[in-house]
Amino acid sequence: MSEHYRLHVNGSSHDVADGWIGESLLYVLRERLGLLGAKGACEQGECGSCSVLVDGDLVCSCLVLAASAVDRPILTIEGLAEPGAPTDVQRAFVDAGGVQCGFCTPGLVMAAHALLDRNPEPTVTEIREQLSGNICRCTGYGRLIAAVQEVAVARGAPRA
Amino acid sequence: MTPSTATSSTDTTVRARPGGGRIGDSPVRPDGIVKAQGGFAFSSDLPIAGAAWGATLRSPHPYARIVSIDTSAAWAIAGVATIITAADVPGRATYGLIAADQPVFASDVVRYVGEPIAAVAADHPETCRRALAAIDVTYEVLDPLIDPETAIDGSHPPIHPDGNVLRAQRIVRGDVDATGDVVVEATYEIGMQDQAFLGLEAAVAVPDDDGRGVELHVATQWLHEDRKQIAACLALPEESIRIVLGGVGGAFGAREDISLQVHTCLLALRLGRPVRMAYSRAESFLGHVHRHPATIWMRHHATSEGVIVKIEARFVLDGGAYASTSSAVLLNAITHTQGPYRCANAIVDGWAVRSNHLPCGAMRGFGVVQACFAHEGQMDRLAEACGLDPVEIRLRNAMSTGDVLITGQVMESVAPVARCITETAALPMPTTPIGEAPGGPGVIDPLLLPGGAGLTADVGHVVRGVGWGVAMKNLMYSEGFDDYSTARCQLADGIATIKFATSEVGQGFVTIAQQIARTVLGVDVVVQEPIDTQIGSAGSTSASRQTWMSGGAVDAACRAVRERLFEHVGARHQIDPLRLVIDGTDVVDPLGDLRVPVAEATAGQHFDETLEYHHRPTEELDENGQGNCHTAFAFVAHRAVVDVDPELGLVKVVQVATAQDVGRALNPLSVRGQIEGGISQGLGLAVMEEIIQIDGRIRNASFTDYLLPTFLDMPDVELTLIEEPDPQAPLGAKGVGEPPCISVTPAIAAAIRDALRTFDAGDGGRRRDITRVPVRPSDIALA
Repeated sequence: MSEHYRLHVNGSSHDVADGWIGESLLYVLRERLGLLGAKGACEQGECGSCSVLVDGDLVCSCLVLAASAVDRPILTIEGLAEPGAPTDVQRAFVDAGGVQCGFCTPGLVMAAHALLDRNPEPTVTEIREQLSGNICRCTGYGRLIAAVQEVAVARGAPRA
Repeated sequence: MTPSTATSSTDTTVRARPGGGRIGDSPVRPDGIVKAQGGFAFSSDLPIAGAAWGATLRSPHPYARIVSIDTSAAWAIAGVATIITAADVPGRATYGLIAADQPVFASDVVRYVGEPIAAVAADHPETCRRALAAIDVTYEVLDPLIDPETAIDGSHPPIHPDGNVLRAQRIVRGDVDATGDVVVEATYEIGMQDQAFLGLEAAVAVPDDDGRGVELHVATQWLHEDRKQIAACLALPEESIRIVLGGVGGAFGAREDISLQVHTCLLALRLGRPVRMAYSRAESFLGHVHRHPATIWMRHHATSEGVIVKIEARFVLDGGAYASTSSAVLLNAITHTQGPYRCANAIVDGWAVRSNHLPCGAMRGFGVVQACFAHEGQMDRLAEACGLDPVEIRLRNAMSTGDVLITGQVMESVAPVARCITETAALPMPTTPIGEAPGGPGVIDPLLLPGGAGLTADVGHVVRGVGWGVAMKNLMYSEGFDDYSTARCQLADGIATIKFATSEVGQGFVTIAQQIARTVLGVDVVVQEPIDTQIGSAGSTSASRQTWMSGGAVDAACRAVRERLFEHVGARHQIDPLRLVIDGTDVVDPLGDLRVPVAEATAGQHFDETLEYHHRPTEELDENGQGNCHTAFAFVAHRAVVDVDPELGLVKVVQVATAQDVGRALNPLSVRGQIEGGISQGLGLAVMEEIIQIDGRIRNASFTDYLLPTFLDMPDVELTLIEEPDPQAPLGAKGVGEPPCISVTPAIAAAIRDALRTFDAGDGGRRRDITRVPVRPSDIALA
């Protein structure tokens, strides 16, 4: 029941050898490719902790079979920015107090980037609705909303 | 064979901007960026070469006798490395935080659905799953204890050798025959809540080469308590077990008890190689303790002016199959019967009992959540009976420092109850109409109506209500327990290095600890050593205690080092060390002209001090519930505004306002995070979250069926901090973690009652009451 296939993750091609065909993308990213940034917290697509982009679409990697993502570009939190050089969203999450335990954070960062790419000037209700697939148990969401708003304002500000 | 990433979770040294990051500032978390970039190593993120996967076989029955366990078919599966049962536990067969009454593996009787029976280790999680399915256990199903009253009245035979009553405790105070002009009573119910941390239980155990020791990387709230219990079960000396804090993805009480710690170590020692265990979400619901469901009857007597004369109460807490911390949760519940109000006369009966439900123990608020829902319901009843508004009844009874509690203990903490209430009342009310976004375009957005995206509610049927809740919460441990904390501080070449075993679970103690060190020592760079058992205990990250206790320990260790520094500088410059102070990053003699940078003064020096901080002693309650059982208290008020569709039973929480007694905000941004997060969990208990068990079987062990607040459920929060530094607290700061989630629940319930009252006033005397949380649609629509 083992398979051999390739995944295109964060701009590079990765061999997946001897994988079981039933493995989720989340499992393969974490256990076979060593990309531990996507987290498993519900395994049902309810919490968004495992969010990655496949073909530019925000998906719960726990619900995607890895073998079905062959030949499609995959972007994980590790591919967003180099360690120590955070994106504006990552920086804002930390500065605004949107990170506590941090388990939901990588998934939320992916979702917030996808939101701002789609909708550069979201209203508060739009932020709430479009991030409502990501559960955070620590923060009560207030600082996360503030962080997304700050990034939207900063991106929209005229460049000096 | 140490996991390569294991220390990165605590390798979070950051340089504050010069002179910044002191107490009272809000520096960013030292682990913030690494968390936001996905590089932080949680206990589930510790891959290690050659590790086997472990998994647990669990009981499908709430109560049954084990007739036989046949593992032969499982052993035959390729890839299975080992299988262990109760017979393979070398030491004590049971564990537990207060009483060791819970088997590592059940051998004769299972007492809840999910109780561990065996564990396997294999090459892949899927192999583990098949091996567990192949273990053949024969049961003789027994009649489960479901109704806690049958544990109290003795009508159900004991389901455990220790009996069915975990604790019975009474409080009798003052004139028990006193009566008031006004008497109100009701029975309140609180459902079972799950902590629902996102980072599932996970651990890696690495056996020492000789097999006589083990290193465990685990997400826990209390490393040394884990070590003590593990050592007893493994029959190893505590020194042979090293516990390293794996990154913790939230805790909220659910990591205070043992879950997979002993199993992981046993498998690793049996195999002689590393073993990883990781629970699924469904297993997590079975694998940790929950908030106690409770039934609470209260009768309040008051004068016609609304002043409380006497409270009678009876508490029944369903502790589930094993003791965990039930006895302490019950203590908290009954000693908070009065809430933050004066009360001279009381008679309270408390019961925590065993059942064949999931075991219950610690969750944020720890017994006080249950008591507060009842006493706040009572305050509203009293207000109505006396013709007072909810704020006035609470102000008339508000406790102050110096008041005597129903336990006879004098309230010695700063007790700004009236301020919490009046400052909450002064916060702005929402001004936008029902269904409209604040600052929005002035149109109805269906997402903001009760029922939200379901598009069910019609704005014409929605009614707004306002409700209040006020709470008192004890801080630290109680009843004679000396829950000290230990910290070490080193200072050399202008860099401070701190070490403690305090579990960082997301609350931000690592930030606070660095702020304390910078402030006391006048340094900008603080190195945080790994959090492990290579130092004395810090006690548990629970009971709102770590800022006070471990903050006190870090402060004490840094001050001891500062004394050595001042002695050194004094000797070098012939100045009495007592004249020296830290100013910014310099050692200064305010009476003279000496000013030496700390970095210069410590060049080539090495100061090293380890200290323990202990709070003042407490006492056990006597048979009448009298005694100085608690260490200190904090207070909070909440006002909730909700929109309700009374016909569909749908609720939208619009705004929560709160003023919290924090003593002193060491990191205001962190405090805000605790308050908003606590409100979210209290909202969950009010209208969403409940573990459903039918005939002892959990029916909603998933995030699809156990509903958690999302971005759309969380209201706007208006908050103000009441800063009256507490002289008992080492830094003036009270714990802030638990109060936010306590009185918000009754405030939301009260707001729903208020909306229903408004709606029903036009409905021919219909009268709906809300006496249980979570409030379900049927509790509103069918009441």
